Amino acid sequence: MGFFWTVVALVVFLGLSWRFLGAYLVSIYEGRTKWLGFVERPIYKLIGVDPEVEQSWQRYAISVVAYSAVAILFTYLMLRLQGSLPLNPNHLGAVSPALSWNTAVSFVTNTNWQAYAGETTMSYLSQMAVLAVQNFTSASVGIAVAVALIRGFSRKNSTTIGNFWVDLVRGVIYLLLPIALVASVIFMAQGAVQTLGGAVHVHDVLNGFKQIIPRGPVASQEVIKQLGTNGGGFFNANGASPFENPTGLTNFLSIGLLLAIPVALTYTFGKMIGSLRQGVTILAVMAVLFFSWVGIGTVAEHQANPAVAKAGLVHQASGNMVGKEVRFGDTSSALYNVASTQTSTGSVDSASDSYTPMGGFALLTGMMLGEISPGGVGSGLYTMLLFAIITVFIGGLMVGRTPEYLGKKIQAKEVKLAALGILVMPITVLVLTGIAVAIHAGRVGVANGGPHGFSEILYAFTSAANNNGSAFAGLSVNTTFYNVTTGVAMLVGRFAIIIPVLALSGVLAAKGLVPESSGTLRTDKALFAGLLVGVILIVGGLTFFPAVSLGPVVEQLSNGRFF
Amino acid sequence: MLINLRRALVASLLFLALLGFGYPLVEVGIGQAAFSATANGSLTPYGSTLIGQRWLGPRWFQGRPDSDNPMASGGSNLGPRSEQLVKSTKSQITALEKMGIAPTSDLVTSSGSGVDPDISPRSAFAQVDAVAKARGLAPATVRALVVSQIHLAQFGFLGSSYVNVLTLNISLSRLQ
Repeated sequence: MGFFWTVVALVVFLGLSWRFLGAYLVSIYEGRTKWLGFVERPIYKLIGVDPEVEQSWQRYAISVVAYSAVAILFTYLMLRLQGSLPLNPNHLGAVSPALSWNTAVSFVTNTNWQAYAGETTMSYLSQMAVLAVQNFTSASVGIAVAVALIRGFSRKNSTTIGNFWVDLVRGVIYLLLPIALVASVIFMAQGAVQTLGGAVHVHDVLNGFKQIIPRGPVASQEVIKQLGTNGGGFFNANGASPFENPTGLTNFLSIGLLLAIPVALTYTFGKMIGSLRQGVTILAVMAVLFFSWVGIGTVAEHQANPAVAKAGLVHQASGNMVGKEVRFGDTSSALYNVASTQTSTGSVDSASDSYTPMGGFALLTGMMLGEISPGGVGSGLYTMLLFAIITVFIGGLMVGRTPEYLGKKIQAKEVKLAALGILVMPITVLVLTGIAVAIHAGRVGVANGGPHGFSEILYAFTSAANNNGSAFAGLSVNTTFYNVTTGVAMLVGRFAIIIPVLALSGVLAAKGLVPESSGTLRTDKALFAGLLVGVILIVGGLTFFPAVSLGPVVEQLSNGRFF
Repeated sequence: MLINLRRALVASLLFLALLGFGYPLVEVGIGQAAFSATANGSLTPYGSTLIGQRWLGPRWFQGRPDSDNPMASGGSNLGPRSEQLVKSTKSQITALEKMGIAPTSDLVTSSGSGVDPDISPRSAFAQVDAVAKARGLAPATVRALVVSQIHLAQFGFLGSSYVNVLTLNISLSRLQ
């Protein structure tokens, strides 16, 4: 019953954020919000950008790549130099080259894949001034690209799609920073840690127990990791750690924060193209997929854990509690992890590796659909719009006429770019998983035997290529092989999609509008929404069915066998 | 390209100042001024109420079978069909039964954080008789103590109800 009201509260929270945050996003990216002009203007002056001058898609893309390349290099250097930098009360040394590369790529691509344990690897400076900064800016880059694509649809005969530097800065200072400032305070009040003091040594005289408790500036990083759909935890346990996510309320807010912007962007999309119904259609498709997967995940996790049952505890009223926290319980934990894999967040409040086979299936396949329900900040919307283009193309093939979407003719070039953006991820995942299971360096790190070990590897590359960052954490990934290959997967999964999306935006912006005719497939109707859901499921299903069969499906069907 | 690299560099430095130092340090200031107890780790003289501990012997309420080492947080990551998980759960069930405690699902499974400070009310009640016997107290007294320590789901619906093992054991130690 409590879970029912949790879902109701979540829907209300997201409804408000859709309407009001969505409207605020419109005014941010149309340049009408100006209340922080005194911060904004000096930034443009220092960067050397005239905010009135817009960019072609090529210049926009070059700016994205230039910013990201510098950010990766900067992050890499700061991690390598960690040992000689200040704010390091626990005296941690330099991060190894392979791990620094992997982590730099991971945070700049909004993935937050973590091949390290924060408490024993990263200094406070690395956490708050290096990694958390990328949580803000990688999120802002994602939203900027989505807004640029929206402009491609909303403009006609235009050679420009906005100015990247303006979009980047405005996303950070008007959107992410104010929300993070407020939300951190709630997290601290609930119990999240926020201090520069080092670890404390505890000696409990009651039971003679000794502990070293790590601390740090956790709350500030926790909030932006959720809001920006980043997901990288301060501690190894991520959102399961009581210092990151202390109560039922912070658990709920974490879920709300990570869904807020991706959901709101569908309102922004509708408003900016001049038809709210189009935005609602996209939101409806996202909601259908999201709640289906929440259903699979929560029902699966409410079942008994097979290994615990075999050990003798058959009756498990509170569901599968392996790897879960008592204060959250089974269903709220599953809701968190499903929401985090349906977006590109990847934070966890329970151990995904210990989920039941179908629970793990829900997490894995949520990412495999391309993270479009509602997906990461920005990336969810632009990937969904790629699927929408493929859908109108298929619709056009059925009736034999040139398809159109939002008044733009969809021709060979647009379809090619959309198909490219969609196929990059599955190809990356399947090729790299194939390599990993074929060679010793890939197989050596698995923690569990049988099909679950295969799932660990498949999950790792699915997570990296989708810029998710969650893990079946039993896999030992701090090896040269995994640091390099997941790094490549993250880069490809980010930029081999962003560049086609920006190209698409440029091509669309240059076109005129075609008037709607009786032969136009209406894209603001249930028929189109149904077709879009079908296309997403068929593309995801066809590409990944064989791989998923070898992992969670076999595991679910292997009744009575233990590995 | 060169001008964009220069812009990227300047932007990175500005973001470092604003987001890397300004934002977290403002939050540290607010936390230390307004929420110093929680922002510093919810510390009591006996440890943090948010970080689980290992309780030895039947005189104390037992927490979850975690490693309780916050420097190496995280779950066991054993899969649902792991032979190893079957084995470790079996030995935990045996250990509980030896102490006269009927096993419950959170008492035989390790958590996601590895430092879960809480147990379910059911798990606390399951231990009442064993603790009362070991301490020579009336079971009714211990049961009343557990009841007073139950935190219901927040606002009635967020998360699950739980009992914090450290605060329960601290108040238990004050009973005598």
